Amino acid sequence: MAISGVILVLFLLAHMYGNLKVFEGQDAFDGYSHHLRELGEPILPYSGALWIIRVVLLAAIVVHAVSAITLWRRARRATGGKGGARYASSKAPRGAQRSYASFTLRWGGVTILLFVIYHLLHLTTNTIAPGGASDSPFERVVNGFSIWWVVLSYTIALIALAFHLRHGIWAAMATLGANTSPTRRKNLNIIAVVVAAVIVVGFLVPPFAVLLGLVG
Amino acid sequence: MNITLRVWRQRNSDDTGQMQTYQVTDVSPDMSFLEMLDVLNENLTISGEDPIAFDSDCREGICGMCGLVINGLAHGPKERVTTCQLHMRSFSDGDVIDVEPWRAEPFTVIKDLIVDRGAFDRIIQAGGFITAPTGTAPDAHAVPVPKLDADAAFDAATCIGCGACVAACPNGSASLFVAAKVTHLGLLPQGQPERHSRALDMVAQADLEGFGGCTQIGECTAACPKGIQLDLISRLNRDVLGALAHRG
Ligand code: HEM
Ligand code: SF4
Ligand code: FES
Repeated sequence: MAISGVILVLFLLAHMYGNLKVFEGQDAFDGYSHHLRELGEPILPYSGALWIIRVVLLAAIVVHAVSAITLWRRARRATGGKGGARYASSKAPRGAQRSYASFTLRWGGVTILLFVIYHLLHLTTNTIAPGGASDSPFERVVNGFSIWWVVLSYTIALIALAFHLRHGIWAAMATLGANTSPTRRKNLNIIAVVVAAVIVVGFLVPPFAVLLGLVG
Repeated sequence: MNITLRVWRQRNSDDTGQMQTYQVTDVSPDMSFLEMLDVLNENLTISGEDPIAFDSDCREGICGMCGLVINGLAHGPKERVTTCQLHMRSFSDGDVIDVEPWRAEPFTVIKDLIVDRGAFDRIIQAGGFITAPTGTAPDAHAVPVPKLDADAAFDAATCIGCGACVAACPNGSASLFVAAKVTHLGLLPQGQPERHSRALDMVAQADLEGFGGCTQIGECTAACPKGIQLDLISRLNRDVLGALAHRG
């Protein structure tokens, strides 16, 4: 769970940083996309490095999902299928201290998975092409995000991602042994909030820049 | 004070059980929660009803026998107290209080508010011990222990095995309990020989008993009457990783 999560967070950081290249214009953005495919040449074939990254990401997603389903099933078995809601009393629906993010982790993960499929069909394969298909990744981004509901759908997905990362990053660090004292626990939670915020805001900037006509 | 109680009644482990309402009048704010239940039980006995079964022993917060989910929280609303040390002054006149047993699949309800915590005993049997030579007691300072380690080990050793961490955990995980026991012994020189096998065996036994996995939610620490801290679970994980690396 934790190690695959760390791989996915590193991908998100790199992806978010790459997306910010839309501000450098069409040539820089398309050149970046092209460069990703030439990476490692001539040792690797065209798109070779990209495919290695894709395989690692896919493996990380599979491991992440399988571990999540295992934890989910064990929790259901241990709590008669009711989790935190197994008591008749309705007086402590949020337990003693639970964060909203910790409640949404599992369904949030499913939401993000559905978003990734939608997003790949949209910007990678361009099967879904609101605003018009194009061979240029830059144009695909601009065409898509000129439409308000596309931006809205991405915003909703990124809010789900924000909550997922807020608990997930903290939990990954703690699981891997980084939580060494109550003070450290507070600090790891602050780090998780900051990293989640940076990733989500960084992702949201390009779509909104396009929507507001700052890029295009 | 006058209190309305909604108590879980269940005849035996096969019964489905349900919440039942009782009135308790003239409750003194200085009574402990269990004394208030004693008063109710006396009245139930006098009127020929079956008294409510609940566990307790020391009634001074050190044995770990008592434990009720009160208003949805393990050991009730106050931090760092066992149910036996919770007093009625923590409630108000006219309150409706919900009282339920610990709920987790490995903790079967035996009757009413009593659950079987034998799973914890089996986790201890799996690794919660050290191998020590028998005979006369060794010299007190034969094995020096750094003061900070001794203090931290003692903090972990204050775990009374009550099971509130499991009752509070949305995953029904026993990680805090296991972490407290593994830390308590793992910090001391006497605990080193079995350090690796202890961590692996106790975690394996907890899995076998059917407890859930930890997702670092922290309800356990909030419920723990002894203030066992969440970072002990990180320490347990480091011990498990160390053991796995060692085993190769
Ligand atoms: C508003 C935010 C985002 C924008 C503007 C964006 C943009 C893009 C673009 C343009 C591509 C295609 C790149 C190319 O073909 O060269 C792409 C691919 C991809 N994106 Fe995003 N993305 C965003 C958010 C996300 C998020 C939140 C995730 C994951 C949770 C994600 C996961 C991926 C993946 C897995 C690929 C495929 C990489 C590959 O080609 O194998 N993206 N994105
Ligand atoms: S860790 Fe705390 S809550 Fe869990 S069994 Fe020990 S004393 Fe009880
Ligand atoms: S009865 Fe011993 S801890 Fe409560």
